Amino acid sequence: MTAVATEAPARDFRLIDSTLRDGSHAISHQYEVSQVEAIVRGLDAAGVQVIEVAHGDGLGGSSFNYGFSKVNELELIEAAVNATTNAQIACLLVPGIGTVDDLRRVRDLGVGVARIAVHCTEADITEQHIKIAHDLGMEAVGFLMMSHMNTPEGLLQQARLLESYGADTIYIADSAGAMTTNEVRARVAEIVGGINVPLGVHAHQNLQLAVANSIAAYEEGARNLDGTSAGLGAGAGNCPTEILAAVCEKNGINSGVNPLALMDVAEEITRPLMPRAQVVDRAGLLLGYAGVYGSFLLHAQKAAERYGVSQAEILLELGARKAVGGQEDMIIDVAVELARKHAAMEGTS
Amino acid sequence: MGLPVAIIGSGNIGTDLMYKLGRSDQLDLVALIGIDPESDGLARARALGYEAPANGIDWVSENPNAVKLVFDATSAYVHVRHAKVLAELGITAVDLTPAARGPKVIPPVNLMEHLDAPNVNMVTCGGQATTPMVAAVSRVTRVPYAEMVSTVSSKSAGPGTRQNIDEFTRTTSKALEEIGGAEIGKAIIILNPAEPPILMRNTVFCALPEGTDHDAVRESVISMVADVAKYVPGYRLKQEPVIEEGPFNTPGGVVPHRVVVLLEVEGAGDYLPTYAGNLDIMTAAAVRVGEAIATHQEVSA
Repeated sequence: MTAVATEAPARDFRLIDSTLRDGSHAISHQYEVSQVEAIVRGLDAAGVQVIEVAHGDGLGGSSFNYGFSKVNELELIEAAVNATTNAQIACLLVPGIGTVDDLRRVRDLGVGVARIAVHCTEADITEQHIKIAHDLGMEAVGFLMMSHMNTPEGLLQQARLLESYGADTIYIADSAGAMTTNEVRARVAEIVGGINVPLGVHAHQNLQLAVANSIAAYEEGARNLDGTSAGLGAGAGNCPTEILAAVCEKNGINSGVNPLALMDVAEEITRPLMPRAQVVDRAGLLLGYAGVYGSFLLHAQKAAERYGVSQAEILLELGARKAVGGQEDMIIDVAVELARKHAAMEGTS
Repeated sequence: MGLPVAIIGSGNIGTDLMYKLGRSDQLDLVALIGIDPESDGLARARALGYEAPANGIDWVSENPNAVKLVFDATSAYVHVRHAKVLAELGITAVDLTPAARGPKVIPPVNLMEHLDAPNVNMVTCGGQATTPMVAAVSRVTRVPYAEMVSTVSSKSAGPGTRQNIDEFTRTTSKALEEIGGAEIGKAIIILNPAEPPILMRNTVFCALPEGTDHDAVRESVISMVADVAKYVPGYRLKQEPVIEEGPFNTPGGVVPHRVVVLLEVEGAGDYLPTYAGNLDIMTAAAVRVGEAIATHQEVSA
């Protein structure tokens, strides 16, 4: 494989890889140090500029509610920092789950980018975290989750709040993989025209649109795109970076990363550690169809088995109740309630 | 005659508290004190016949004998100053801000330990809702790790909470440890913007070590829910407590089971709408604390 030529023209956008953060959901937060090192080395050599490492639900996410990490995320972050040559290491923090203390700890380990993630209508809880990330000398990224639940105008308003707190970059995340390409275009076009910092898009695969939506976002002016190796991630997965890089090359967009090198990472490092194929099966598609937070997928599967109810039924009910990211505890509530209803119906028949 | 009391802070919490104190036999509300004479809270106080001064803590200094106890529903920053003034005047402070100048009180768990404290702190809404559940489990078994997840409607989370959401997680997780009896505590808060606004939901997970009597855990939880519901009528179990099988690799060690307690809190709808159970549980708990202090002072007097 050829390394990225140093005289390569300037990149057209920045690729942020989240295999070691969002991908963590798909393996129930069981990353080991050696896996992190191998993935970071592979991505770094392929020319990826930013690599995000944390529990899937961000710093401090290791919990009953979201699943306990096998290895403390700080150890994984430290390993990533030591394994990288050029790529910056990023982390993600969801205020309400983690605190600014977590930011201080990872800054000391050498993390350069802090992504502060929040539900797409609640930007005003991030002020403290964005300011402190800045004071600590990190790039602060304001990251609006479940962006399909807000209008283009509403998202712009939230993006402006993030910008006013000092965010260097704004992201909209399609955390439920629920947006069509037109919906992505409308949101990106609206926001790009109204803020003075770069915009990014984080796509999911639940409607099989992650790559198409990322390209559309680029065309509308997004200059940061997220993806993961082999699409490893919550729900039906993220935007697979090796495919994105290949499509970009064919479209004449300079991603700055080597598609062949990313294909090798996906095939030789990422796929062998995947417990299940990252495909759009019924449950995955339901997330996108019903607009349900992608991370609920495996928790709903577990609860379905535990209480003898259908995973699909749980996911649809969560969509109907407008659950937002982080409300994994509602899965147990819904499963117990469904089991009780089924039992009552059997009793009366 | 009840114990004469005042409320400082005429915002949502202070005004809701005013309505609750109006129903108390042990506490006589004298004044709702604000800083903005035009505020809705002060207008309502005047209409109900209470004193409604707009000169803040100065009113208390100017009328040092008017009240024996003050509920502070301002902000952590302001309470630090108020705490000093009240202490000098010998007036007991029940602090509804996160300032935490005095011991933290969760009524059904440790109220009786702090009846003589000059200043008591009401922790957080999530702490009031979930610490009793952890205490219920820890009185029948060792709890190496406990976790709470609080989901509140976006509409009920005011600017104070929003500007310092870390304060909630820190204070609440500490309460799970210090008062709930967990060896390690963790707190998570989520805001949900759904319309119509959702009721406050709380989930409590406790790690259950090998050999725990699961029936005893369930019974203890159910009985503690009844204790809280005595002063917060809208506090209830959403489902029977469930015991789930692990193993779970918690920060307090690997345990074979966990108990999951799913709760919701419906507010009394005094000033705040019923969905704001998170604010209601704070004001209801504060009244409970005030009444216990009043009874205690009467007995010792």
